[in-house]
Amino acid sequence: MVTTLTFVLVHLAPGDPIAATLDRPGVTEAVRQQWRESFGLDRPLSEQYVRWVANAARGELGYSFSHHRPVRDVLADTLPRTMLLGGLALVLSFVLGVLVGVLQAERPGGARDRWLGRVLLLLYSVPDFWLALVALLVFAYRLPIFPAGGIVDPVMHDYLSVGGRIADRLSHLVLPVLTLTLLSAASIARYQRSALMEVLPSDWMRTALAKGLSARAAVRRHAVRNALLPTITLAGLWLPTLAAGAVFIEKVFSWPGMGLATVNAIGARDYPLVTAGVLAISVLVVAGALLADIAVAIVDPRVRLS
Amino acid sequence: MSARATRATSFGALLLARTWRDPRSRVASVVLALVALAALLAPLLTPYDPAAQLDIVRLRSLAPSLAHPFGTDPYSRDVLTRVLFGARVSLSIAFAAVALSISFGILVGVVAGYVGGMVDVVLMRLVDAALAIPRLLLIIAVVALWGSLSVASLTVLIAGVGWFTVSRLVRAETLVVRDRDYVVAARALGTSPWRHVLPNVVGPGIVNATLAVGNVILLEAGLSYLGIGVRPPTASWGSIIQDGAERVSDLWWLTVFPGLAIVVTVFACNALGDALRDALDPRQLPLSASEDLVHRP
Repeated sequence: MVTTLTFVLVHLAPGDPIAATLDRPGVTEAVRQQWRESFGLDRPLSEQYVRWVANAARGELGYSFSHHRPVRDVLADTLPRTMLLGGLALVLSFVLGVLVGVLQAERPGGARDRWLGRVLLLLYSVPDFWLALVALLVFAYRLPIFPAGGIVDPVMHDYLSVGGRIADRLSHLVLPVLTLTLLSAASIARYQRSALMEVLPSDWMRTALAKGLSARAAVRRHAVRNALLPTITLAGLWLPTLAAGAVFIEKVFSWPGMGLATVNAIGARDYPLVTAGVLAISVLVVAGALLADIAVAIVDPRVRLS
Repeated sequence: MSARATRATSFGALLLARTWRDPRSRVASVVLALVALAALLAPLLTPYDPAAQLDIVRLRSLAPSLAHPFGTDPYSRDVLTRVLFGARVSLSIAFAAVALSISFGILVGVVAGYVGGMVDVVLMRLVDAALAIPRLLLIIAVVALWGSLSVASLTVLIAGVGWFTVSRLVRAETLVVRDRDYVVAARALGTSPWRHVLPNVVGPGIVNATLAVGNVILLEAGLSYLGIGVRPPTASWGSIIQDGAERVSDLWWLTVFPGLAIVVTVFACNALGDALRDALDPRQLPLSASEDLVHRP
C-alpha cells in the first residue's frame, strides 16, 4: 500500500530523470529517447510498476541516475550511517525522556514539574534544523570544540592512529546526536509524564502509599513500571519522527546518510533512489512497530504471543 | 480570580472561562496577539521594502546595528523588515492550512463515524495508510517533484496531509455521540441530526487546531529551509534562515532572529494548546468546585 502510494506520487510528477540529466542543447531528442528506452521509462506506467514491485521483492531496487550506481549500493552506504545516528538518538532520548518524565511526576504541580514542563514545551517548539544550526554556530564556529560536519575529518582521518580515528568519529557524532536527542527527548518526556499521571490514581498506588512508601518511592518502584508499557510502544512508533528529524540534522551537519541522499535525489529527479528511500523508511516503521509489540509481550505478563 | 465563572452557561463559554483562568493561556494569547499585530502593521513598523536591495555594494551582509537591528542579508535587504513581512507569509500559511485541514478532518470523521459501514472502513483504512508514511517525507516527495509551488498550493498541500489525526479523533467522538438519546430523538422527529452531532464532536478538533498551528509553522519553516517551501525572493521565516544557512559562521543574524520569531510564536501556540487541552479534560474538577479545592501557591 505504502509502496504503491509512493510509486504513483513520484511518477505523477512532471519532468523525468532523462530531462534533468540530459537537458542540454547538444543532446538530440533521439538520444534522449534511446536513454528512456534503455531505462524502461518509455513503457506504460502499469508495466513499470509491476516490474518495480517484482524487482524490489528480490532486493533489486533499480539504478540511481544521480549516483551512477545501483540504488542498493547507495542504500548500503547511507542506511547504516542514518541508523547509527537514529539508533543512538533513540536510546539516549528514551533514557533522558523517561527520566525527566519521572522527575516531573513525583510531585505533579510542584515547582520542579512546572519548570521542567516549561523547558520541555520550549524545546518542543524549536525547529530541529534551527537548533542544529545554532549548535553548529556555537560549538563548531564560535567555540571550535566540535567539527562542523561530515563523519570523519576529510584530510587527517587516514593519518591518525586507531585511537585517534575512534576519537575523530566520536567527535563528529556528538553534535548531530545531541540535537536529535534533545528534541525527541522533549516529546518523550511529555508523553511519559502523562502516562504516569494516568496510573497515579490507581488502587495499587493507593496501597503502596498506604503501606508507608513515600510518594517518590511509590512512583519509582510501582508507577514507572506500569507507565513504561505505553512508552515501549511509543519507541516503536518513534522511528518516523526520528527519520524526519534525521533529514534536517543530516543536511545541517552534512552527514552523508539516507535522509540527505533522499533530499538530494529529489532535486536530481532520481526516482529509483527517492522511491527506495521512502520504501526503506516505511520498512523501518513497520519493523519498529512489530519490535515494540514483541517487546511489550515480553515485558507485560498479561500479553501473550500466540 | 474573583470572577465567578460559574455563571457561564454554554459549553463554549465554560471552556473559554476555564482556559482563561490558566495563566499560561493569558500570556500566550498576548504574545500571539503581538505577533499577529506586528505582521499586520509590518509596513508601518519598518521604512524598507522586504524584497528591495538597499545598496548591494555598501549595505551587504551587515551585522546588527541601530539602523538595521537584525542586520542585512547578502543582497543588502533589511532582515528585520523581512522577518516582519515573513510573519505575514508564515502565519497566513499556518492559519489557512490548519483551518482547511481541521474542517476537512472533522467532515471525514463525522461522515465515517455517523454513516459507518463500508464508508467508515474505506475512509479509515485510507487514513491508516497515510499515517504510516512520515508526513514530512510525503510532502517532500510531492513538493520537490512537482517543482516550484505557489504559496497557495503549498498551503493546500500542507492541509492535505494534516487532516488524518483529526478525522480519527472526531470519528471516535462521533461513535460515542451517535446513539445518544438526543440524536435518536432528533432522527425520530425527522429533523437533521447533524445539528446535534456536530457541536458535540468538534472539541478534540479545536485543541488539535491550536497545536497544529504551531506544527505547521515548524513544517513550513523546515520545508523552506530544505529549499522546497516558500520560494525566494518571498520572505518567510524559514526562507530567511535558508538564505543564511550556508554562511551561519559569519552571518549568524540571518539564522538567529527569524528562528527566535518561530520559537516564540510556536511556543505560544503550544502553551495555548496545552491550556485548552487541560480545560477540556473531563477528569478535571468542575469549575465551581475546583475554585475552592485548588490552592495555588
